[in-house]
Amino acid sequence: MATPATAPVNMNNGDAESLTSEQKKQLKKERRKEKNAQKEKHNIPSKPEGQEPKIEKSKAELRAERRAKQEADRAAKASKKSDQVAANTKQKGPRVPANIQADDPKVQKKAAKKLEKQQVPQRTEGQKKVALFSHLHQYERSLSITKNIGFGKNAIHPAIIRLGLQYAEGTVTGSNARCAALMSAICKLISDYETPPQKELSRHLESKLKPAISFLDQCRPLSVSMGSAIKYIKLQITNIPTGMSDSEAKLRLVKSLKEFVHVNIVLAGEAISGYACTKITDGDVVMVFGSSSLITKVLCDAHNAGIQFSVIVVDGRPKLSGRGTLRKLCRVGIKCSYVLVSAASYIMPEVTKVFLGAHGLLSNGYVMGSVGTSMVAMAAKIRGVPVIVCCEAYKFCERVQTDSFVNNEIGDPRDLLVQNKSELTSPLLTNTAWEETDSLKVLHLTYDVTPPDFVAMVVTELGKIPCTSVPVVLRVRSLET
Amino acid sequence: MEQFLLDLKQEQFNGSYDLAYKTINHLRKLISQTRWTHAQELMNTIKKEGKRMITAQPSEYVVGNMVRRVLKIIREEYVRLLGESEESANKESLHKMLTAEGNERDDHTKPLKELKTTVIEAVNEYIDEMEASIHNISAQAIEHIHSNEVILTLGKSRTVEAFLKQAAKKRKFHVIVVEGSPLYHGHELAKSLASKGIETTVITDTAIFAIMSRVNKVIIGTHSVLANGGLKAVNGAHMVALAASHHAVPLIVLGAMFKLCLLHYSDIGGSEATFNRLASPQEVLDYYDGGTEELVNVQIYSPTFDYVPPELVTLFISNIGGNAPSYMYRLLSELYHPDDHVL
Repeated sequence: MATPATAPVNMNNGDAESLTSEQKKQLKKERRKEKNAQKEKHNIPSKPEGQEPKIEKSKAELRAERRAKQEADRAAKASKKSDQVAANTKQKGPRVPANIQADDPKVQKKAAKKLEKQQVPQRTEGQKKVALFSHLHQYERSLSITKNIGFGKNAIHPAIIRLGLQYAEGTVTGSNARCAALMSAICKLISDYETPPQKELSRHLESKLKPAISFLDQCRPLSVSMGSAIKYIKLQITNIPTGMSDSEAKLRLVKSLKEFVHVNIVLAGEAISGYACTKITDGDVVMVFGSSSLITKVLCDAHNAGIQFSVIVVDGRPKLSGRGTLRKLCRVGIKCSYVLVSAASYIMPEVTKVFLGAHGLLSNGYVMGSVGTSMVAMAAKIRGVPVIVCCEAYKFCERVQTDSFVNNEIGDPRDLLVQNKSELTSPLLTNTAWEETDSLKVLHLTYDVTPPDFVAMVVTELGKIPCTSVPVVLRVRSLET
Repeated sequence: MEQFLLDLKQEQFNGSYDLAYKTINHLRKLISQTRWTHAQELMNTIKKEGKRMITAQPSEYVVGNMVRRVLKIIREEYVRLLGESEESANKESLHKMLTAEGNERDDHTKPLKELKTTVIEAVNEYIDEMEASIHNISAQAIEHIHSNEVILTLGKSRTVEAFLKQAAKKRKFHVIVVEGSPLYHGHELAKSLASKGIETTVITDTAIFAIMSRVNKVIIGTHSVLANGGLKAVNGAHMVALAASHHAVPLIVLGAMFKLCLLHYSDIGGSEATFNRLASPQEVLDYYDGGTEELVNVQIYSPTFDYVPPELVTLFISNIGGNAPSYMYRLLSELYHPDDHVL
């Protein structure tokens, strides 16, 4: 009787690490019960003489059974652990950014903590968000960002603060302008940077860069061009050779950033202009939408090359950026017309080509541009007018998106309203009317995506490609770097 | 009368219902106050007046509609008083046509004593029908809007406003109102709807395509309905219709029967333009910005109307019920007489 009782204890010592003492006790109790039950079974039919060997046999059988069971349990536990490990590695796929999860409180809490650690002030959300866009942040210009900026040791560089305010107020707009301004501000930051003792430049500079980028993101969500530039900066910082002195490294960085702007914006613009001008012929009526520095450049170059064409500028509220394009083109001497986007289909019978600029090109061929680009492309496609998109290759991104909801930038709703009805004839809503009426919401979208079947061709510095070849270009560029 | 013509020329009216109401009141006054002996003389007077009104403002089709409707009313009443039913009259005329007895066609010259009173009564009935048209259309609202729908509308149409408010009494839904540049009447509509507790969102014209993927139905009003089922609607309606057809969203048009015209779409421009009229460019680019020296040569277009082809329209809802656009031409024969097509 004693040996069977002790036998399970010895067995248990084998995997004592995985079982707590309580579990061991429970197992012991269970096995004892099992034992007794089995003994009962054997005891009832057999005679007292044959009891001992039969019990012995059953003991051995039971021991074997127990061993087999424990092996099976161990195997099951091992496979479960490997499954978990596999699951953990599977979870590390593409990460969903926090700025499109504004409706998830956990994610927002984490983001807020991160900002606090970096000593970047967090912007307060605006009021009366449109339910369809509750996953995106909505800020209002009147609520100050810089009120809580400190001046301590780890403060953000003043050039970055200035840049952030320029973004938030709308002084610097346009993807190329924003990227160039970002690069020049980062150059200043790098030139003023001093590595603290016992720290390495490549590691510490990156940690100095992170709060700056977070601050700029709070002022205005980063554009695709800025994202591309920041990736490049980080790559350059990690590629600094280890032996280099700090001053040398800083000079090298500043030089490479300036070169990035020169190659990807200025030289690319020249190349694109050269390709695109071959597409404009005498007598063309070209339609453009809003403002794009690249498209303006293309048209001015074509005019200077002596091609006779006229331009129709389509514009949309509230930015009315087409007026800037109109001025620039008229100054050069191009014959222009001006309509709002609601009249685009009215004027479309006159148009022979449409040139559109892009904020970014997505990996599935969709063109992300300022809101209204898709309207013009749609009106053109219906009448069979070719749509040509001009975009530098650094604005191609790996993101994919099929509609304008999942990822967008919500602007200040007050841009669509008037301050007060000073001119009685203004039909627009006033700020007070919007604030007072609960069920009234105003939506100010910044971007929209155009499906690739509306676009005939994309002109980049690498040549003229169809919309769907974006991932090919991305791959080529990633192999180059 | 002169004041009315002046108002027409200077575009001083408040929408097509207002204009139709004024026109028909004017015609009723004409019937009761002028001296005439038989129906043909009355019809000639009305045709002459009608021509004057139409030439004052050729792009407003509602005036022509009212004139032709009154002429049809006169013909009907004349035939009724003579004791012949309408159907037999039609059959007779077909028989007459086939047997080449054109000389016996009635030229409406029999003087009838009760004609004046019956015509004025019929015109009053028609005016009542017109006044009740918005109510009849909005009574159908509950059949077309279900719960939790997202409905898109453009600009400000009295019919659409009444329609949505009637549906909001029983159902909960969201409305997205497009501003409607360059006049931005959408803001007024949004305020009016939100004050009744309907969830309203105002968006700009540029965001129509972006938003359309989330919209269940587009409901718009129209200025007039053309004979082929196409629309003459407010500027911007064609863009909305294109976006809706791309996303396979049904487009429902609300319009009373007095908006249905005999004319077809023509894009003749210049002095003969009757379809569209270009409004002041002040709304698009005001003089402060556009009057500078560098922008002085810029052409600015501000069309008032848009042509929407019938293929983009899914359903018409009028005071007599719902119809497909391909059926609209049939309703013309009930409203206007073929002899009045050319005044």
